[in-house]
Amino acid sequence: MELKILNIGVLTWLTFLPVLGMIIVLLIPKEQKSAVRWTSLFFTVAQVVLAFMVFTKFDRSLAGVHDASTMQFSELFNWINVKSTGWFGSIKIDYYLGIDGISMPMVFLTAIISCIAVISSWGIEKSIKGYFALLLLLDTGMMGVFVSLDFFLFYIFWEIMLLPMYFLIGVWGGPRREYAAIKFFLYTLLGSVLLLLAMLALYFSVSVIDPASGEKIHTFNMLAMMNPANYDANSLLAGISTSWRYIAYIAMFIGFAIKVPIFPFHTWLPDAHVEAPTAISVILAGVLLKMGTYGLLRIAFPMFPDAAVHFAYPLAFLGFINIIYGALCAMAQKDFKKLIAYSSVSHMGIVILGIAAMNTQGMLGGMLQMFNHGTITAMLFLIVGVIYDRAHTRGLDDFGGLMNKMPNYSGVMSIAFFAAIGLPGLSGFISEAFSFLGAFQSFRWLTIASAFGIVLTAGYMLWTLQRVFLGTLPEKWNNLTDINSRELAMLIPLTIIVIILGIYPNLMLDVMNTSANSLVDFVKMNSTVSFGN
Amino acid sequence: MIPQLTIALAILFIPLVSFVILIFFGKRFAEKSGLIGTAFLGADLLLSVYLFFSKMFSEDKVWDFTFTWIDLHTVINSIPLKLDIGIMVDNLTAVMLVVVTLISFLVHLFSLEYMKGDVRYSRYYANLGIFTFSMLGIVVTNNYLLMYVFWELVGLSSYLLIGHWYEKKSAADAGKKAFIVNRVGDLGFFIGIMIVWVQFSTLTFSGIFSAIGGGNIPFGSTNWLTAAGLLIFCGAIGKSAQFPLHVWLPDAMEGPTPVSALIHAATMVAAGVYLVARTFPMLTADALLVIAYFGAVTAFIAATIAIVQNDIKKILAYSTVSQLGYMVMGLGVGAYTAGVMHLVTHAAFKAGLFLASGSVIHAMHHALHHQGDHHTDAQDIRFMGGLKSKMPITFWTILIFTLAISGVPFTSGFLSKDEILAGTLAFSHFNGHTIIPIIGFFVAGLTAFYMFRMLIVAFMGEHQNKERIAHIHESPRVMTVPLMVLAALSFFFFFSLNPLSASHGWFFEKMTYPTVAVPATVAATPTEEFVEEIHHQHNLAMILSVGIAGLGILLAFTTYFWKKISADAFEKALKPVHTFLYRKWYFDELYDATFVAATMGIAKILAWFDGAIVDGIVNGAGHVTKFIAVVSGKFDSIVVDGLVNFTAFTAGISGRLLRTVQTGKIQTYIIFAIAGMMALMMFYIG
Amino acid sequence: MTITLTHFLMISAVLFSLGLFAVITRRNAIMVLMGIELILNSANINFLAFSRYSGMNIEGQMAAIFVIILAAAEAAIALAIVLNIYKRFNTVNVDEISILKD
Repeated sequence: MELKILNIGVLTWLTFLPVLGMIIVLLIPKEQKSAVRWTSLFFTVAQVVLAFMVFTKFDRSLAGVHDASTMQFSELFNWINVKSTGWFGSIKIDYYLGIDGISMPMVFLTAIISCIAVISSWGIEKSIKGYFALLLLLDTGMMGVFVSLDFFLFYIFWEIMLLPMYFLIGVWGGPRREYAAIKFFLYTLLGSVLLLLAMLALYFSVSVIDPASGEKIHTFNMLAMMNPANYDANSLLAGISTSWRYIAYIAMFIGFAIKVPIFPFHTWLPDAHVEAPTAISVILAGVLLKMGTYGLLRIAFPMFPDAAVHFAYPLAFLGFINIIYGALCAMAQKDFKKLIAYSSVSHMGIVILGIAAMNTQGMLGGMLQMFNHGTITAMLFLIVGVIYDRAHTRGLDDFGGLMNKMPNYSGVMSIAFFAAIGLPGLSGFISEAFSFLGAFQSFRWLTIASAFGIVLTAGYMLWTLQRVFLGTLPEKWNNLTDINSRELAMLIPLTIIVIILGIYPNLMLDVMNTSANSLVDFVKMNSTVSFGN
Repeated sequence: MIPQLTIALAILFIPLVSFVILIFFGKRFAEKSGLIGTAFLGADLLLSVYLFFSKMFSEDKVWDFTFTWIDLHTVINSIPLKLDIGIMVDNLTAVMLVVVTLISFLVHLFSLEYMKGDVRYSRYYANLGIFTFSMLGIVVTNNYLLMYVFWELVGLSSYLLIGHWYEKKSAADAGKKAFIVNRVGDLGFFIGIMIVWVQFSTLTFSGIFSAIGGGNIPFGSTNWLTAAGLLIFCGAIGKSAQFPLHVWLPDAMEGPTPVSALIHAATMVAAGVYLVARTFPMLTADALLVIAYFGAVTAFIAATIAIVQNDIKKILAYSTVSQLGYMVMGLGVGAYTAGVMHLVTHAAFKAGLFLASGSVIHAMHHALHHQGDHHTDAQDIRFMGGLKSKMPITFWTILIFTLAISGVPFTSGFLSKDEILAGTLAFSHFNGHTIIPIIGFFVAGLTAFYMFRMLIVAFMGEHQNKERIAHIHESPRVMTVPLMVLAALSFFFFFSLNPLSASHGWFFEKMTYPTVAVPATVAATPTEEFVEEIHHQHNLAMILSVGIAGLGILLAFTTYFWKKISADAFEKALKPVHTFLYRKWYFDELYDATFVAATMGIAKILAWFDGAIVDGIVNGAGHVTKFIAVVSGKFDSIVVDGLVNFTAFTAGISGRLLRTVQTGKIQTYIIFAIAGMMALMMFYIG
Repeated sequence: MTITLTHFLMISAVLFSLGLFAVITRRNAIMVLMGIELILNSANINFLAFSRYSGMNIEGQMAAIFVIILAAAEAAIALAIVLNIYKRFNTVNVDEISILKD
């Protein structure tokens, strides 16, 4: 499958369109505020259109995962080429983009969430140019992570995304923004370092024959790193279930776990969410968290299948802790945003539990949950943003009876809340059900214990619903206005996605199914293969 | 898909259409939205009745349509993994469709007057629509997946309807409680579904039962089969308000009374019983025994609580819980048809009782409002009394319902209750659990007693307040017609032409026992043997039940009508017992003190743990790093830089010392020069 | 008592010592100059005495005359410097003129 515009591959367009937008935004004089906004909107909408085109053209029968020939829309160019330098050998880094069923939903999600983030940032007044420029750069970073198939490129995008995030939280955030931004930055950087080490270990262990020169060279190509035959016999990561392979897997895992975030690496999340402006919370919860689980699926599992299978139970156990612990912590919160942040911890636990199951249902459930959580949590954060813009408080106990005052708002909000609870007919249900069904096949008692999370979720969600929307309206909120059309414009598309995927999840499952099956088979097959022999 | 199933689909979706129209355009229709909803339901009822008759006269056992909803394109245990869903209509479904649409229609009709002028009139009708849709969904689905889906949707609509007057904290609380308590049951249901799915890779009833029939047992152990059955039964414990999850139902009375009639008496709470009936083929003897005990305990606890309540809706709520326990007990002992039949007959007379109580409450409200009295509780039976002459239709219909629920011959309730009791006797005959029939008969007596207590206190005797009674009027036609229809349905002839035994009526003929799928070693008594024994026990059960019900009624009359026995004296003498019962066995307090408090406590502790310990470690790591940075900064500025400075310092010191020689005075220099020269001379010459 | 070379040398030594003493102890620049003159003249006496007592050659006389001429020139330059110093520092006290030190 190929798609080119002006002889440039569509994935490059998807990735670098926001950068183009950023350059234009920077060229606009800073008095022209609405020009800045509309330019940003234009470029993100264009990105959504492209993503949708890719989505429709995407061949659902091709697996991808480890097979370069079934990677779709792929683009491969030589990027950095250093000739032999002593012991180091020659360095060859490719500009290698491509998507399969694992990344397709994420690409789509990133485009949508970025566009919605721009709409929800309409009210930003403080140095607007810088804000939108950073937002667009962030967009590129996220998109790049999901489309790159070269580990080095992946790492670059991974880091690119970090910097705008730091500034967006640190400059446009709430009262404790510096603390939150630094915590986020350092925490993620710590993960990045571990990831980098694992990446280098892989780089020096894997070598392929360069088709141009015929010599054996090291490579950053992810697909090459997945193939056991490419490992050098005496390299660090050769063999099966060796301690070095486990160490590399764990290092990589911690790098991704911080992003997810998996207990006990989750504490940056509530702080970052609470301090970040609404749009950034939306991106953070909607897309950034998915990078962690995406990394596990794209990199950690296929490259270390032996370790992945060996550590499947501990991983599932962490998922269980996330579910229960996140839900209980959410229950005790008094800050609306913090509550949603902890609910994210809980819901991402379901993803972890599902993918740890290492079977089709669990994997599909986890992957679908990644997408669904992205849309549902984005809605929840937007909802908090709407009320915060009006009331300038997020205290749950400050509200009550908004249902009568803001009926449209409450309607959208109820849908989002019930989707988060996992009500059938809305998208959250089927992905949660699949995750649990898959997990139950692999870990019986752990899944039963995790399932208590659905009761707790209903508990804190309904309690929140009651505290904010039911009961009587306090006097001071008599002048609150219902949701306006701009806010509806960002919530309605998500609502539609949530309802459609609830009734007809095949729309998304179809895209992921082949790849998920292939990933499961690939991991199972290679978990008993010795690397490099 | 055969045409009848198209009709079934139409029946399913008509209320949804009503919901969609009313939720989006309800404001525009305003007062007319009630009529729109009622019209949709009327059409739905007609279709259901048509479908019912066409099914009853059809030779087919079941009409079924299944399609693949999600295909996972993979194979597990050599079975292709896909989610099949679909609908089916068998005799049970056909009957349930009529029950649901009929009661829903009557409630729609009744609400036209009862809810008139409500702030959210159109929302109310919209919610009734989504509820009916979900309830019909439970009934027509042919698999556990859709069952669970609609199960949850029913919970949602129940939540919305209980919380209809959400400005009241108690209503909002009750809705939340109902949803969460149900979720606890649903958790078990979901785990049961997981077991079934993992083992059989299908969720259709027929697929599962044929797999079990073929000797396929979950994880190779019949214990897991029992567990699966009981876990699915957990769903019923939640929805049908069985002990220990019965606590939400009385609170649910915060919703409008017609809603209580529809959801919390006739249909939704019966869904649990329906679920058990559907699951019946895969229940082992052990599972059935546990179910029977759950039912019996529920029936007993609820009946004892109902005796001492004063709120008319609370009495009815506990009576519902008790009767649901009866049905579950009936199914548990193996009297499948009797349990299902009690579900149907109970739906009619209990919906009637609730609507009648709605009629009374409506009239009381009206009168109190007229008096400007906002303190008297319109639902308290002690403030009623003597309503018989003022509200004759309501009184006579409620009398019929009360006779039916008490199990007096010639009523529908007698037929079904009698069969259940015969079933319990047969059950104890086979396995010696005599406590079950004892509870069954005892609860029958209690039921007759507390129902007649309510009837006598509320309708007979004298009304205390002359002014108030003058303002009480019979409810308008829209409200009394549903009562009369339901009263008619509470007579025996709709179910059996023989007023004393249902076993040869059409209901028993059509609603045959399903084929048991579980292996014979763990199955309950074989159906034929069991039915045979029920026949033997029938006469004994009939005599006993009529006698005990008569006793209960007699006791109620002597106490509350003729006042030969002083209820107050009893109450005083048995104060602790009375309080215990009045406070509903302290279940709410117990749960608040244990589960709720524990959850909240753990939540608080974990939130603290998260902030102080986990985040503390993170921040601690940050502080340690910072401390190390400060220390190494100091090391750098003191030790490393110090060495450099020390060299310079030494040079400086020596410079400063030597500098003192440099006075700038020529004579000093000369002295030095001369002294130096002389020293040299002395060294070389001297 | 015959006058021998030793006597000349002793006078010369006394004169030298007096000159040196003046150079070292006097604060006034003029006095220091005078001390230098004394030292030069003590040297002259030595030249003449050695010329007289060692074969009556002319070299001693010539060196003495050369020293006298040199002393005159030296005194002229030195006095000019002293005048300049006086103009600048308003003093001829050598102790106070120590700006080289700083």
